[in-house]
Amino acid sequence: MDNVLILFNQPVIFLQVVVDGILFGSILALVAYGMALVWGVMKVINIAQGEFVMLGGYVALKFADAGLSPLWAVPAATVILFCVGWILYWLVVHWVVDKDIFISLLATFGLSIFLQQIVNQIFSADVRTAESGLVSRSFLDDRLVVAEIKVLAFVLAAIVGGILWVFLVRSRLGQAIRATAQNSRAARLMGIDTNHVYAMTFGLNAAICGGAGALVAMTWVIHPYLGLSYLVRSFMIVVVAGLGNLPGVIVAGLGLGAAENFAGFVFGAEYQAAFIFSLLVVILVWRNWRLGRQRRYLK
Amino acid sequence: MSALLEVEGVSKVFGGVIANADITLAVPEGAIVGLIGPNGSGKTTLFSSIVGQHAIDGGSIRYEGSEISRLRVAEIARLGLLRTFQQTRIYGGMDCLKNMLISISHRREGLIDMLSRHSAEQVDEADRHLEFVGLYEKRFLLAGDLSFGQQKLLEFAMALMNGPKLLMLDEPTAGINPTLINGLIDRLKRVNEEIGITLFVIEHNMRVIMDLAQHIYCLAHGELLADGTPDEIRGDNRVIDAYLGAH
Amino acid sequence: MNRQGMLILAVLGVGAVIGAPFAIPAFITQLSFLWLMVLFALTWDIMGGQMGYNSFGNIFFFGIGAYVCAVIQRDAGLDWHVAFFIGMAAAAALGVIAAAILGSGMLGLRGQYFAIATLGLGIAGGEIASGWDYIGAGSGLVPPLYPGALGAREMFFYFLFLVLAIICFFTLRRLYSGRFGLAINAIRDDEDKAESMGLHTTRYKTIAWCVSAFFLAMAGAGAGNMIGFIDPRDVAFAGLTFGVWMVLMAILGGKGTLWGPVLGAAIFHITQELFWTYLLGWQRVALGLLIVVIVVFFPTGILGWVREHYPEKFGQAVDAEAQGAAMGEKAEP
Repeated sequence: MDNVLILFNQPVIFLQVVVDGILFGSILALVAYGMALVWGVMKVINIAQGEFVMLGGYVALKFADAGLSPLWAVPAATVILFCVGWILYWLVVHWVVDKDIFISLLATFGLSIFLQQIVNQIFSADVRTAESGLVSRSFLDDRLVVAEIKVLAFVLAAIVGGILWVFLVRSRLGQAIRATAQNSRAARLMGIDTNHVYAMTFGLNAAICGGAGALVAMTWVIHPYLGLSYLVRSFMIVVVAGLGNLPGVIVAGLGLGAAENFAGFVFGAEYQAAFIFSLLVVILVWRNWRLGRQRRYLK
Repeated sequence: MSALLEVEGVSKVFGGVIANADITLAVPEGAIVGLIGPNGSGKTTLFSSIVGQHAIDGGSIRYEGSEISRLRVAEIARLGLLRTFQQTRIYGGMDCLKNMLISISHRREGLIDMLSRHSAEQVDEADRHLEFVGLYEKRFLLAGDLSFGQQKLLEFAMALMNGPKLLMLDEPTAGINPTLINGLIDRLKRVNEEIGITLFVIEHNMRVIMDLAQHIYCLAHGELLADGTPDEIRGDNRVIDAYLGAH
Repeated sequence: MNRQGMLILAVLGVGAVIGAPFAIPAFITQLSFLWLMVLFALTWDIMGGQMGYNSFGNIFFFGIGAYVCAVIQRDAGLDWHVAFFIGMAAAAALGVIAAAILGSGMLGLRGQYFAIATLGLGIAGGEIASGWDYIGAGSGLVPPLYPGALGAREMFFYFLFLVLAIICFFTLRRLYSGRFGLAINAIRDDEDKAESMGLHTTRYKTIAWCVSAFFLAMAGAGAGNMIGFIDPRDVAFAGLTFGVWMVLMAILGGKGTLWGPVLGAAIFHITQELFWTYLLGWQRVALGLLIVVIVVFFPTGILGWVREHYPEKFGQAVDAEAQGAAMGEKAEP
């Protein structure tokens, strides 16, 4: 509990924890938005969500290994992961998209293990990071340290999110995606090729995650088993915010980032993962209990 | 004496659309009460409100004198208030007998009961009810393989198996072969007289409801339009207008 | 098949499972693991197959069992056998209590939310265990060594898992043929309808999880000792191996059937023992691929496929013609 006291006695540390948390939260919001997109449009809960983030991270790593600036990895990971998502849609998700949600749940669960293990085979399970070459800046007499890359990640996350939003609202395909989300059967009757829409949506989601993953690799660390924690986080964010609620996703994402940082500071870093996974259970049960009082349940 | 079911001032709004506005009605014990109204007048919504499928926005629902509008679906069902569905809901992957056995009353059910098997009496009772609705011959067939009308009868039998005090039927004759409708009316009356189950019935078929019910409520646009005996309803111009769409 | 044939088959089967460790002593550990796999698949199928609630975190109860038993063995200071069986009983009790407490909260959640919540649960278990010093934290626990000759230890665990698997199988067979089985099937087929008929859905679901946890915790207690070392992430809360295998085995054999998980476990385990080593580390990749392929192209599994094509073999009357034949049979196949 000493750590709690430190937080309150040292406002700068408090600020440091909040700032780091929010910068990280922007990435979480991005991944969660992708998940909400797939969930809303395709009625598929993508268990392999985190693996897309992880793959994006390894793209950045490859760039760094090749001596290129990993900053270029962000657009590259976006493009590559779009292709990966598009292909995986036609290979796997296409067959289960209109079936029972449990079938797609199990199928993407298998997919997630497959991707995670294939990366593990190729790159080994080492924890790595892609050097961006950016430095850290200090404020308030060197007591508040902000890594430039984190700020950059925050800005890029905001840009990617903004582009996505404009795309969904303005473009033809974006409109088709939103129409399919509302009523896929009606959309089909109106001549929308829903399979194409699904493939693009799944690809878009993978692309967003890929970009986020490249930022993660530069800012924090990556390893093949990283995916699950991103799945769980983004799921939590979507459950708290609700499907199709972009402002909610942003707020919940930033909030979760900050909450997690606090937990890591208070309980110690070794319990940070335990905190996230336990929080998931608590949030789901709590949300459902609240709905239960209005005779509803999480749907 | 107060009625078995008392609905008082119940309202329900779905995203701005008023499905039920200030509905008040009562179902006395032992009666057969009808609920009619054009499509979209809020009949099924009212049924769902009563059995607890969604929260209501106002008013009170009392069953046997106690408030049930905050209870959950299963709790209300265990009090002996049951509904059937317009789009029949049965367990298609199980045979008819199993559909019946799973529908036994769960009012008093301890851990031992939950882990035990069905008693011979329960199987007999299931057979009796299947016989009653004329599905005994088909009791080992998958319920999902039955015709729509037969599924409807099965759902009715399942409800009887549960031993309700008040049974709310949502269009019991829809989809049933017209030649069988008289038989069904007869059965509904027998259930009411012999077993003493109070019935509250949504029905589109005027001939059926006039024959069956002692008292009829008519909804239109989510509001209670009229109520009275079948003869009064038949002669009520507002009801006729509502059905023919004259305003 | 007639009664006599069944009897002969049963006697042969019993003879085979009892005689196996004596006939092929070199494979005794693999055979013990086979029974463990059967336990995994059967307990997963209670929730995932019969009730339609996929749980990705059942490994949680296995881990609890392994740790509870090992801690009691470590601290009790009793004779090995006494401590082990007390530990196992405590593990079962704690597993059931944990399932009851977690279930009363988590099982109000509908299927897909429950699935992801359990995913979190299984990992949270491993993370907490690897940070908790009392149970050895990240370096794990070593249960006390089995006393006696080298062969006796293997024999002990073989028969332990054999007995556990058989008890589990017959318990489930009994439960599935009664009210419990019907209730959880009803929950799988249409939970809203089940509720509207007054079924105590959360109660039934919680019992199902408790039964699952009961056997898993005992299996964990035994497995921790058989493996001889309890690592928090790779043995006790081994989501990536045991946790994934249980899902795969059950759907491979045919979820929602009694024999399916047994069959799936046998096929998976034997394949794994025979061919896995040739995959040189790519086993887990193959595992993920296998899940995808089965779920996408063969979702009913082996027994599910058989049931679809030969429903009468499962005591199910198919149409009016089959009626006469079915009338004579009992309700339960």
